[in-house]
Amino acid sequence: MNLIEWAQNPWGQQIPIHIGWSLLWVSAIGALLFLVVHAVYVKFWAKPVAAHSDAPAAADGIAAQVPERVARHSLGARLFHLIMAMAMLALLLTAFLPKVGVKFAWVEYHWIAGIVLTVSVIYHIFHATFWLDFWSIWPDKEDLEDADRRMKRAMGQTAPAPRRFAKYPLENKLYHLAVMLGGLTAIGTGLFMMKRVQTPFFTRNPYLFGDMTWGWMYVLHGLAGIGFVALVTAHIYFAIRPEKLFLTKSMIFGWITREQYLAHHDRNRWPAVAEQVPTAGRTESKKAPA
Amino acid sequence: MAVIHDVIPAFELFQPTSVDDALALQSRHGAKAWVLAGGLDSFDWFKDRIKRPEVVIDLSQIKELRGIRTVGDGIEIGAMTTLTEVVRHPMVREKYSILPNAAEAAASPQIRNQGTIGGNVSQDARCWYYRGGWPCYRAGGNICYADTPTGLNREHAILDADRCVAVNPSDTAPALIALDAKMVIRGPKGERVVNAEDYFIGPAIDITRMTILQPGDLLTSIRIPSTWAGSQFYFEKVRDRSVWDFALVNVAAAVVTSGSAIERIRLVVNGVAAHPVRLTAVEAAVQGKPCNEETAELAGKLAIEGAQPLQYNGYKVPLMRNLVKRAIRGVAA
Repeated sequence: MNLIEWAQNPWGQQIPIHIGWSLLWVSAIGALLFLVVHAVYVKFWAKPVAAHSDAPAAADGIAAQVPERVARHSLGARLFHLIMAMAMLALLLTAFLPKVGVKFAWVEYHWIAGIVLTVSVIYHIFHATFWLDFWSIWPDKEDLEDADRRMKRAMGQTAPAPRRFAKYPLENKLYHLAVMLGGLTAIGTGLFMMKRVQTPFFTRNPYLFGDMTWGWMYVLHGLAGIGFVALVTAHIYFAIRPEKLFLTKSMIFGWITREQYLAHHDRNRWPAVAEQVPTAGRTESKKAPA
Repeated sequence: MAVIHDVIPAFELFQPTSVDDALALQSRHGAKAWVLAGGLDSFDWFKDRIKRPEVVIDLSQIKELRGIRTVGDGIEIGAMTTLTEVVRHPMVREKYSILPNAAEAAASPQIRNQGTIGGNVSQDARCWYYRGGWPCYRAGGNICYADTPTGLNREHAILDADRCVAVNPSDTAPALIALDAKMVIRGPKGERVVNAEDYFIGPAIDITRMTILQPGDLLTSIRIPSTWAGSQFYFEKVRDRSVWDFALVNVAAAVVTSGSAIERIRLVVNGVAAHPVRLTAVEAAVQGKPCNEETAELAGKLAIEGAQPLQYNGYKVPLMRNLVKRAIRGVAA
């Protein structure tokens, strides 16, 4: 099995041309194995969430200050997620179905989906930078301390109780980091690769870069692609796991319940904001019960 | 890259005597196996050492793949039937004269004696960058050397290019599509029959193959229904050397007229795309129209809609237009 396919160009240079396509199966099978191992671990060995975090639950008075529905994802963020997800699935299907024997004219669909992904990611960068809490998705020192505590307690060692999560658990933040790296790699290389095919945007120019540069660009694009096979598989798996369904629903409806908020999140690290309820001609916050 | 023309690299040769044995060998050796028909495409690859199969399955000893027979209301031509046999067969000449005309236009007499109709329709692209062993799209790479600002692409595609701009070189393919032929394919999952026009695929669908044949598949025969038997036919091939060359563009037309009007028509060109192009829009436009100069002019104009010439093959656009016009005029004559 070759990790990278090499070829000799007309000038006698050994150049990479793309990844070994067997890596697609490595990625897919690796992801499925991870899911099976995780599912078995959760079913038979994992301790309940409460055992990971024995920080005191909020007192009744404090809990009452939390709105009944806590806003988690704005409409803009949810629409972005939906569009990005559809573009990503289209990209993966158009890229890899032909590799597994389903033949169709995929190139045009692929670059159109790539453009949709690019535009949605540009929107997301601006939206997250100027309208959302930009740093809420990046791992911080507290995340790492709490991860260490959870790990020690899971291994049977003594460690202080980890705090409840901020808006996003560390796993979400790491997943976002991986998707960001893979996505920017795929988008950056993909935009240049569009110079090699017929599109309405560019005049074709296969000589924009040398063979070696083009080759590594194809390799990086392929690595990002097979990386996303594993990442998307894992994402879908976690999205449908029973204990994570409330997060999935929040990506559809935009909110989580007060109970879910209090059970999983730290008020100090992620202050609750009431869901914005559209009414006739305006939006207003749902009042928290007195 | 130096191309070495000396002895062919060693391979294990199998000469099965039945299609079942050939399929079993293909199944046993998988991607290591190469199916050899007349050898005129294969031996080029072997001698240039671009393809180095470990196993070669020579079909020449399979009698059931040879010959032309009557089947139902049409005929069936074994895939290993030579082009010369197709050219000389009395019934083919009488009822389907476009096919012997096309077969006779292929290559030279010696090559037609050895070359088979199955091999002629299934032969690989003749792009010299691809044949030279460069890592182009068709060879599994990520570039088309012919479609670059300096690429030599005088013989390449003006239609349906998708990254690769190679063309289909077959002369018999457009004639078979004009005759509404069916390709009989046997593979691991049994026999399937596909329309000739669906047998060929372009780079958009699969950039590394010219036909729908998958590894393990074998084209066993070609069936030609009587639908177009005895129609008016037109075949013309334009090439650089009349004695022996691949088509720059060829055209095949089968027409049934009613009085002076075109009642039914099938019109196909090759040498302009990676697959023979059936001009269905032209067929629809000229159906019912008189077979005259005006209709020929209309057909020629419609035929070249969407053509995108490369740096050096702009001449193919008027060539294709004129060949289509000549086809309409030809059946009128």
